[in-house]
Amino acid sequence: MTTLTLARALNEGLRKAMEEDPKVLIMGEDVGKLGGVFRVTDGLQKDFGESRVIDTPLAESGIVGTAIGLALRGYRPVCEIQFDGFVFPAADQIITQLAKMSMRSLGRLRLPVVVRIPFGGGIGAVEHHSESPEVYFTHTAGLRVVACAGPADAYTMIQQAIRCDDPVIFFEPKRRYWDKAEVDLDGLENALPMDRARVVRPGTDATLLAYGPTVKTCLEAAAAAEADSRDLEVVDLRSLNPLDMDLITESVRKTGRCVVVHEAPVFSGLGAELAARITERCFYSLEAPVLRVGGFATPYPPARLEEHYLPDLDRVLDAVDRTFAY
Amino acid sequence: MIIDASRGAQAPSELVQLLTPEGERVEHPDYDIDLTPEEVRGLYRDLVLVRRIDLEAVALQRQGELGLWASLLGQEAAQVGSGRALSDADMVFPTYREHGVAWCRNVDPVKLLALFRGVTHGGWDPKEHNFHLYTIVIGSQALHAVGYAMGIQRDGAEAAVIAYFGDGASSQGDVNEAFIWASVFNAPVVFFCQNNQWAISAPLEKQTRIPLYRRAAGFGFPGVRVDGNDVFACLAVTRKALADAREGQGPTLIEAFTYRMGAHTTSDDPTRYRIADELEAWKLKDPIERVKAYLVKNRLADRDYFESVALEADELSKDLRQRCLEMPDPAPSAIFEHVYAEPHSLLREEREQYAAYLEGFEG
Repeated sequence: MTTLTLARALNEGLRKAMEEDPKVLIMGEDVGKLGGVFRVTDGLQKDFGESRVIDTPLAESGIVGTAIGLALRGYRPVCEIQFDGFVFPAADQIITQLAKMSMRSLGRLRLPVVVRIPFGGGIGAVEHHSESPEVYFTHTAGLRVVACAGPADAYTMIQQAIRCDDPVIFFEPKRRYWDKAEVDLDGLENALPMDRARVVRPGTDATLLAYGPTVKTCLEAAAAAEADSRDLEVVDLRSLNPLDMDLITESVRKTGRCVVVHEAPVFSGLGAELAARITERCFYSLEAPVLRVGGFATPYPPARLEEHYLPDLDRVLDAVDRTFAY
Repeated sequence: MIIDASRGAQAPSELVQLLTPEGERVEHPDYDIDLTPEEVRGLYRDLVLVRRIDLEAVALQRQGELGLWASLLGQEAAQVGSGRALSDADMVFPTYREHGVAWCRNVDPVKLLALFRGVTHGGWDPKEHNFHLYTIVIGSQALHAVGYAMGIQRDGAEAAVIAYFGDGASSQGDVNEAFIWASVFNAPVVFFCQNNQWAISAPLEKQTRIPLYRRAAGFGFPGVRVDGNDVFACLAVTRKALADAREGQGPTLIEAFTYRMGAHTTSDDPTRYRIADELEAWKLKDPIERVKAYLVKNRLADRDYFESVALEADELSKDLRQRCLEMPDPAPSAIFEHVYAEPHSLLREEREQYAAYLEGFEG
């Protein structure tokens, strides 16, 4: 076991993947000498060379479009999109090309491309640097969408994403990049598969569903709820498409109450899909409607207001209280 | 100031031409080609058969057997000339109109029909033919081509990539990004732009103020304009560009100056936006007639030869029609196939639910 920040864990995972498979490439803006604006690729160009860690021109569609071509030639590119709000120039390549190539080719062509996207707010950033665009991609068939929440998963999930023969949109909670935790650097073979959720805190009274940055928020809320003698279960979804409905169903049937917590706007957010599916599967177990806590139906606000926009411990507990009021 | 935005669309003076519309062989200082009589006859046969496939497909669409067809009428020389310049190891990234290039890559034409009939979004094995699937989103494939070329570089292989697109696509961000990537990474790629003068209803001057091939200079690689209705010139220019790419000289932009004789697709009505005179003028530059004239003038083919090609075209189209009509619809379960390489729980659930729903109608 080694103690690493989430950013460093990703770096170690990328390094391991590159060591094990010479076809793995990294490409993106400033990923070389600088090591990426969050230093996730720090030192990799020095060790693996410029032809495997590619500093690209500044154009996101170009990054993903050429990654598709490299994948067609047998490579496994890992693209870095510098910030969530900058993925949209690449959205066309991701949605119309990357997601559909397997089906269009009747499975003859595989595109094992990983698109890494730092996402979410809470770092006092300027506009377009704090967004949560995950549902644009969960809505697109052909993509796998995952989000890591902590260093241990970051290390294994990035390697699993690279090994996966499907395109993977890999969300990284940017305000948790500097959080530290223990990481087992040999733990890949025993790691939980990428498309499975995990109960990160067992409980009996209500289920909190979270992913990425809000997992920590929910754990803090669950700790605070103990003071009210409420035993909350926290589930880290990890995979946003597909959803691990079996684990989610099991948890909600047990607790009878559920609150979904994400930074993305509540309207048409992943919580809407979860609420519908949980209602279908757990209807007779539910003591209250599935509630959602998340961003408002507004653009992401200026940094001085973001603490009002982001789900925090109090807003999560407020929603928990409301589920108990039914 | 009045800007003459049509300047870029004027008839070019820098056009590489090796065979005039009258079938006269002409010299060019930078490009030459030495073809045996058999090779010339082979190109003629390609042009005729490709046009026939296209005409049959248009007829099938008109009879309701295809949902849509994008005709290549008038662009046969650009496609056959460039297609026959390729080596087996070279990789092709086509648009949705490259039926002539598909022919050169030995893709069974019925597989092109399968796509437009709505049986599949793909239809052939791109690896078997080194001919990628048709790309319908305009210009997206230019970036795939450059990425593939970057892979060739990393493999140390002796091969090149050719990216097809049109004058309309030259306005797309992806095509311009592809130019930048290819230039910065010196990728072994040839950009083959068929300037057929029309992007559905938008004439060339809506896309550019300068001749398209001159854009290459701004990106830092050579651009050349070739008579797109001259199969000899298209072959010679593409051969040179591919050889340069394979030898590490980087990208070339080829602008094949041609004309879309038909509609954009079978859903289009060009009489709403272009005049008949223009079509008549281009008819005189027909890509097939000039090769025929050359063969006749030089006594390289006789009446029997032309009749045998015509007969082959008849048989090809008859066979194509029959196989198109016999093509079965896929089973409903095909909707769920190949969306992912690895098992996906949501898809499995939906497939099972829909199968159960369909079973409810049986018995």
